[in-house]
Amino acid sequence: MPKPKLSVPRKSIKNPETAEPLSAKDVARKPRSAALMASTPEKKTRRTRSPRATEPLPAEIAAWFAKRGWKPRPHQLALLDAARERRSTLLIAPTGAGKTLAGFLPSLISIHNGERKKIGAGLFTLYISPLKALAADVERNLTHPIEEMGLKVRTETRTGDTSLARRQRQRVKPPQIMLTTPEQVALLLSHPDAPYLFADLDTIILDELHALAASKRGDLLALDLARLRKIAPNVMTIGLSATVARPSELRGYLVPQTEPEEVTRLSDIVTVKGGAKPVIEILEAENEIPWTGHTARYAMREVYEAIGAHKLSLVFVNTRMQAEFAFQELWRINDDNLPIGLHHGSLEAALRKKVEAAMAEGRLRAVVATSTLDLGIDWGDVDLVIHLGAPKGASRLLQRIGRANHRLDEPSQAILVPGNRFEVLECRAAQQAAEAGDQDATLSRIGALDVLAQHVLGMACQAPFNPDALFNEVRSALPYAGLTRSQFDRTVDFVSTGGYALKSYERFAKLRPTDDGKLRVANPRIVQQYRLNIGTIVDAPHLKVRLVSGRGGKKNIARIGGRVLGEIEEHFAEQLTPGDTFVFAGQVLRFEGIRDTEVFVSRAAAEDPMVPSYDGGKFPLSTHLAKRVRDMLSDPSVWSGLPNPVANWLELQTERSVVPAPDEVLIETFPRGNRHFLVAYPFEGRLAHQTLGMLLTRRLDRIGARPVGFVANDYALAVWAHDDISSLISNGRLSLEELFDEDMLGDDLDAWLAESALMKRTFRLSAVIAGLIERRHPGKVKSGRQVTISTDLIYDVLRRHDPGHLLLEAAWADAATGLLDIKRLGAFLARIKHRIRHQTLDHVSPLAVPVLLEIGVELVYGQDRDAILRDAADELIREATGDVRT
Amino acid sequence: MNMLKPERIGLDDFADQPVLVCGKTFVAHKSGALYWPAEKALIVSDLHLEKGSSYAVRGQMLPPYDTRETLHKLAILIDRYDPETVICLGDSLHDPAGAARMDPGDVESLRILQENRDWIWITGNHDPSIDRMLAGYVMPEIVVGGIALRHEPHAGAGTHEIAGHFHPAARLLFHGTSLRRPCFVGNRLRLVMPAFGAFTGGLNILDAAFEPLFGADGLDVWMLGHEGLYPVAPRLLRED
Repeated sequence: MPKPKLSVPRKSIKNPETAEPLSAKDVARKPRSAALMASTPEKKTRRTRSPRATEPLPAEIAAWFAKRGWKPRPHQLALLDAARERRSTLLIAPTGAGKTLAGFLPSLISIHNGERKKIGAGLFTLYISPLKALAADVERNLTHPIEEMGLKVRTETRTGDTSLARRQRQRVKPPQIMLTTPEQVALLLSHPDAPYLFADLDTIILDELHALAASKRGDLLALDLARLRKIAPNVMTIGLSATVARPSELRGYLVPQTEPEEVTRLSDIVTVKGGAKPVIEILEAENEIPWTGHTARYAMREVYEAIGAHKLSLVFVNTRMQAEFAFQELWRINDDNLPIGLHHGSLEAALRKKVEAAMAEGRLRAVVATSTLDLGIDWGDVDLVIHLGAPKGASRLLQRIGRANHRLDEPSQAILVPGNRFEVLECRAAQQAAEAGDQDATLSRIGALDVLAQHVLGMACQAPFNPDALFNEVRSALPYAGLTRSQFDRTVDFVSTGGYALKSYERFAKLRPTDDGKLRVANPRIVQQYRLNIGTIVDAPHLKVRLVSGRGGKKNIARIGGRVLGEIEEHFAEQLTPGDTFVFAGQVLRFEGIRDTEVFVSRAAAEDPMVPSYDGGKFPLSTHLAKRVRDMLSDPSVWSGLPNPVANWLELQTERSVVPAPDEVLIETFPRGNRHFLVAYPFEGRLAHQTLGMLLTRRLDRIGARPVGFVANDYALAVWAHDDISSLISNGRLSLEELFDEDMLGDDLDAWLAESALMKRTFRLSAVIAGLIERRHPGKVKSGRQVTISTDLIYDVLRRHDPGHLLLEAAWADAATGLLDIKRLGAFLARIKHRIRHQTLDHVSPLAVPVLLEIGVELVYGQDRDAILRDAADELIREATGDVRT
Repeated sequence: MNMLKPERIGLDDFADQPVLVCGKTFVAHKSGALYWPAEKALIVSDLHLEKGSSYAVRGQMLPPYDTRETLHKLAILIDRYDPETVICLGDSLHDPAGAARMDPGDVESLRILQENRDWIWITGNHDPSIDRMLAGYVMPEIVVGGIALRHEPHAGAGTHEIAGHFHPAARLLFHGTSLRRPCFVGNRLRLVMPAFGAFTGGLNILDAAFEPLFGADGLDVWMLGHEGLYPVAPRLLRED
């Protein structure tokens, strides 16, 4: 390949910038390895091909490049080469490398050349994005060059926002390029005319594949891809992704798996090495860094100054509560009246759109945002990313930093603001990981059975299916390559009759056999039900937040209809009592009451709101960063590079207690007040620690240590008890090795799962996705509670009478990697076997201070629900008997 | 305001609680059942048997185990109190066709429970008639010792009755935790029982539907826990 002098088109193609030339060696192209053992790490190239001379571009397209003084970039040409050979390809490139155009160029050329004869409706290219806003944005940015090139290519978006009439027309007369979301693809495939609609499909482009593949949405999309390949056997896929730790998983996702049990087939890969490395600083504020908390309030002055020194800053936080808090704090000190906005998922869509538009028009200086701005769309010329609190994962940090400065040649600027002392270590770890270009590895994904159930019904809605053929088709999707026939048959049985051991629903079966051995849907109502309940995103029940004027009192609130500010989780709203104040949508609000599906609030005068505890979007610390933090902690030689308060804190820890070696877990026991504490430092993230805490309290209870409660954060957990844990250990009644033995994941876990609220929440999600429970649709009035069946009741009954049921299996698989993080806990328990470092202390250690300070801030667990009822009953009895104890 | 005898309650003995209705003593159990020692009668309300399968008819395949679960709960109580009479206060079946959908094994279980005792099905709005195959007496209401046992409580003050129908539930806000549970609710002249069925939900007793029954009088509320039945002060209760 000649060494081309290149310019870089930006993602927003209409507004190009020139960039430094990139040499051809920056583009590494690996031909596909024919086969790869699924169990071995990714092997490199089996055979190498010499770069081929690239065929010339069509005149119109070449002229368009030339007119701008651009040339196609090497990876864009590499993708064209692959497309000519009909090879599915994964393109890994950093933001700003012209990824989107690279994905579409092969299609534009093919459509322009009119290479294929139409046999179906004429839909040529399907572009699938995780966000509907991104699909719309890409369409805008694609139509411009198409018009400028003078190509006759029709592009249209199809999302939930597209009008019904248009969506209907699109099924009969589709555009040549359709930009859409995974849910719309599933919906289109459930129609009997899908084979006609997709008959001409040539290319499928999957954008932001890294964000989609390892999720339930990714499972559904993988199954839909399998069906699309069956309809259009020659279809080619192009995956667009940011840098990931293990590209082979995405490469396998793009191509059909033919020999699922032995090898994973992989697509081609084209990698564009990152441009300039980001410049990441860790902020050192004048105020001393606090022991605990994530708000970074102590550093707000410096954050404000950084905003003032840049054009447009994105201020990322990890939770909505933090977003609201930071927004308040910044405005409190906003003496220059800088336009600072707020953006998070709970805000009303209209409010969010206003902020986005203001960003794009350059009217804002800063936006405080949660993960809603992580992906995709360019909203403006961001020149600084500030991260409040630790980023929790290396990949998330890189993704967020990539939001600044979409130019390959200039480094992105980022400032990390640790919220507490542990977060200083974590920020340092994230900084080192970014420096090394390391990513967090995601777990290999095993396709979820609830998603499969949804898909099976969808396929039955399209046309009667032959179970043998569908089984083979499903197994060609990478997440389901290991699916067994019995799992598949049980899933089909579940779809049809609920799959219960007690076979009582045969006569109500939703799938009926046809004469030729296929299965069809029993009646058209089932098809309707399916289409209403499609998709894998199940929101926690949310209530609308409506602003009403003044204190109406319960009787009056119905009369005063005001503006809707957004939505909050139902379980958060349930904790509020009238008069409570909380921050939402950037203002302090007073809770007035709940009516139907709406929370009524009024503006409150209070300066200091009661801080809300709703935790939308809290991420646990990634395994990779945790390891870096442990290493740093165990190596005093690197402490001198840390800010003074942090270095002093760690040195104090060596004096008062000990710092553990990187492969050890430190456990401290000490008395405090009239309680006895056990503090462990696994560094495995909040979710795994919560599960561990639940199991430890069960075990301590059994040996009679009378535990009272526990609290967990990302680094440590503390359990406290009535009895002296230190002396229980020294007199041999308690063995830490036994307490932390892996067998806690057996019976103890099982017993706890029976009542675990997290497990029940997970079960509910599976039940909705699998179609057992219907979704709550917005606008549909909630029927009275006495007629709805709660999934908790279903969970209880299933556990008792049908413990092997498919949905319990699905929920368990989710919980193990999700809310309960049992996989990670299991790995931890295995890792620390015979590596427990126990310190008996007579007072709290410096390292334990942060987690103990979380008592009263974070939820305290371990108090069982009957205890609350008992206390309430006691109170009533005291009242009745006049026996007022203190 | 309440008629508990404090010495009766130890921390470990919350499984059932004495309740007075019209001066007569009943025992309310944590399962949601009510035992009348003087009459040797066990009263349960709103079993909603075959609720799961009623959804299956419409294409939503909820687990078919609710009948089994409810009968199992009932069997434990019958063992505990060995009543001479069992009175089901209506909505025993989720719909009139429910009996025909019952699993033969469940029908057999019910028959065993009915052996050697009188069984009374009070009719409700869900089950205006009871399939003959289920045996027992069927009646719209029954008056025992001056207290009417019926499905839907009669509105207005002064009625001496024990009823069901509303599936009362209470939401407790205490120590910063919110807890929603089925409950008994009464005012010494009238008692509304919680639903006993495995798949039944609840209606908050602060809902307007309860106003005609209890007005603004002080309510007595017993919430159902896993280990016990707990009397709770109304001031700790919240609307949904």
